[in-house]
Amino acid sequence: MAILNEIFITPFVDMAEAPDFLMQVLWEGLVSGVLYALIALGFVLIYRSSRIFNFAQGIMVVFAALTLVGLHAMGVPAWISVALTLAVMFVLAVSIERVVLRPLVGQPDIILFMATIGITLFLIGLGEIIFGGENKVMITEELGIPTGDTVLEPFGGLLILQHLDITVVVVATVLVVGLLAFLNYTRMGRAIRALGDDHQAALSVGISLQTIWVLVWFIAGIIALVTGIAWGARAGVSFALEVIAYKALPVLMLGGLESITGAIVGGLMIGMLEKLFEIYWGQPLLGGNTETWFAFVLALVVLLFRPQGLFGERIIERV
Amino acid sequence: MLYRTAGQFKTSYQADQALFPVRQDAVLLGLILLLAWVIFPLVASEFAFQTLLIPILIYALAALGLNILTGYAGQLSLGTAAFMGVGAYACYKLVTLMPWLNPVVAILLSGAFSAGVGVAFGIPSLRIKGFYLAIATLAAQFFLVWLFEKWGWLYNYNASGAIQVPNLEMFGVYVAGPQASSTVQYFVVLGVVTLLTLVCINLTRGNLGRTWKATRDMDIAAELIGINLMRSKLTAFAISSYVVGVAGALFVFMWRGAAEPNLFDIPLSFRILFIAIIGGLGSILGNYLGAILIVGLPVVLNTLPEALGLPISSATVEHLNIMIVGSLIIFFLIIEPHGLARLWALIREKLIIWPFPY
Repeated sequence: MAILNEIFITPFVDMAEAPDFLMQVLWEGLVSGVLYALIALGFVLIYRSSRIFNFAQGIMVVFAALTLVGLHAMGVPAWISVALTLAVMFVLAVSIERVVLRPLVGQPDIILFMATIGITLFLIGLGEIIFGGENKVMITEELGIPTGDTVLEPFGGLLILQHLDITVVVVATVLVVGLLAFLNYTRMGRAIRALGDDHQAALSVGISLQTIWVLVWFIAGIIALVTGIAWGARAGVSFALEVIAYKALPVLMLGGLESITGAIVGGLMIGMLEKLFEIYWGQPLLGGNTETWFAFVLALVVLLFRPQGLFGERIIERV
Repeated sequence: MLYRTAGQFKTSYQADQALFPVRQDAVLLGLILLLAWVIFPLVASEFAFQTLLIPILIYALAALGLNILTGYAGQLSLGTAAFMGVGAYACYKLVTLMPWLNPVVAILLSGAFSAGVGVAFGIPSLRIKGFYLAIATLAAQFFLVWLFEKWGWLYNYNASGAIQVPNLEMFGVYVAGPQASSTVQYFVVLGVVTLLTLVCINLTRGNLGRTWKATRDMDIAAELIGINLMRSKLTAFAISSYVVGVAGALFVFMWRGAAEPNLFDIPLSFRILFIAIIGGLGSILGNYLGAILIVGLPVVLNTLPEALGLPISSATVEHLNIMIVGSLIIFFLIIEPHGLARLWALIREKLIIWPFPY
């Protein structure tokens, strides 16, 4: 009985007793959820337009952040190094398309997936050789990102909002809205969606597969840079950032591999629920550090009821 | 010429379906076995045992287990390392709870635990398919590694949180632990690997193997012709996890000597997936070819700069290694997406009709 009490009653009592702490936890979860959603967005874009499950998205985040910090360390002014990093990401997109994807067109999904793991390893090695493996500090102030905090006092309690986190949420929202507008209202965006719906049909009306793939990988690179700056400002830039890429995977499962809405909703849900679970159930009952697996198990349970994720396209199988 | 099949007539269905329809295949395998069982132990150095022979065999066995699941039954799994961990921890508990148990029996038994866990995590595969399933197996990966860390009973509550292989004796010879000699360990590994490979070859050729292949090629169609999908998928998970679990037990007991939870982290899973894919999905031979490449290559690359007299620090060499392995994966996927085993099959076909291709 005591254990049931601890599972079903105590956590909720704790939540009701300290609503300000609960809000703090939810806010922290929201911020990491936004970052998960951003990474998942990179995955979804590439998956929709090419059916490639891009495992390299996580390492692209690290690589973009490392390039930015590395360039700045060489004495390049902050905003110019952002522009140069974008150029590097563009070159990366072009070379991935040329060297890896073009020869592999039409291969089974798992082969393309493995190829992206190959890209991951290559970028890890390259990044370590060029920039070194030690933890670096993101150039937050040079980029003009505010670093202070605001203290609110809801319910007579205490709620600390880092300005950095607020910036992250705002920038991410702007990015997502911009991306959706791009996909829905521009020629290129429509071409990307057309390619996602039907390769053959898109090719037959004159959409260039190569251009779109480069474009999509470049957009994924931009998203990676934004994620890299945001996460790097919170936790420093190192290859440990790669683990957040794994976090994007359950987000994809939960939201559905094809759905942009799914990536956003899934990211926020997982960000907040895993924090809640860790604080109220994980630490008191299970010895903590449950964040490594909670998202996966949650997504697994959801998938048992909806095999295509919450917002994924209904899977239709023909024999 | 060496592979001419002229004159080898098959007069019964039994002969046609035999394990080696071509005599040269049997001779070649015999030679390889002779090499592995007799020649290598006589000539190999301690270094060769520890860095090449033993790990290649163990990795090949793990890849074989994964290949049964992914290559034969078509269920993509990214949780291989965690199942290896289950095998290793089960073996550790078995030998510490029952010290009188024969170590080889303990290793073979530990696979059963991993099979049980594998079936439990295989149940979602009845509803979830493709990449969704692949990510679902990551749930097993992260959850189990977390469990290895938090559940003290598994490592007998020792302070380091790692498992240390004790000295284990079999017929008066040390086979595991700090005092065991590499040669003995090599023979144990080779024996287990040979046995399990033989079992797997015959399983995949038999009724069970055919139901797996039907499930892989189109599971709805397989269901329509009367295959019980649940049984087919779950047996694949069980047998695959068994083999992977045994490989995990060998990995720790015959090679590493000690293990901490993060040894079974996700890079190990990917490493084994590389071996299976570069070797060739749906092939037994491929696992060995893939393991030779993936395990052997870094060893060669590590010794190369020294041999050439290039002044490169060991850290740089390691990073270069990662880069080279990454590019080689892409390279092999581009030249032959079906893996090294397919390359060998093509060579063999060519040899059979050589020098007159018609």
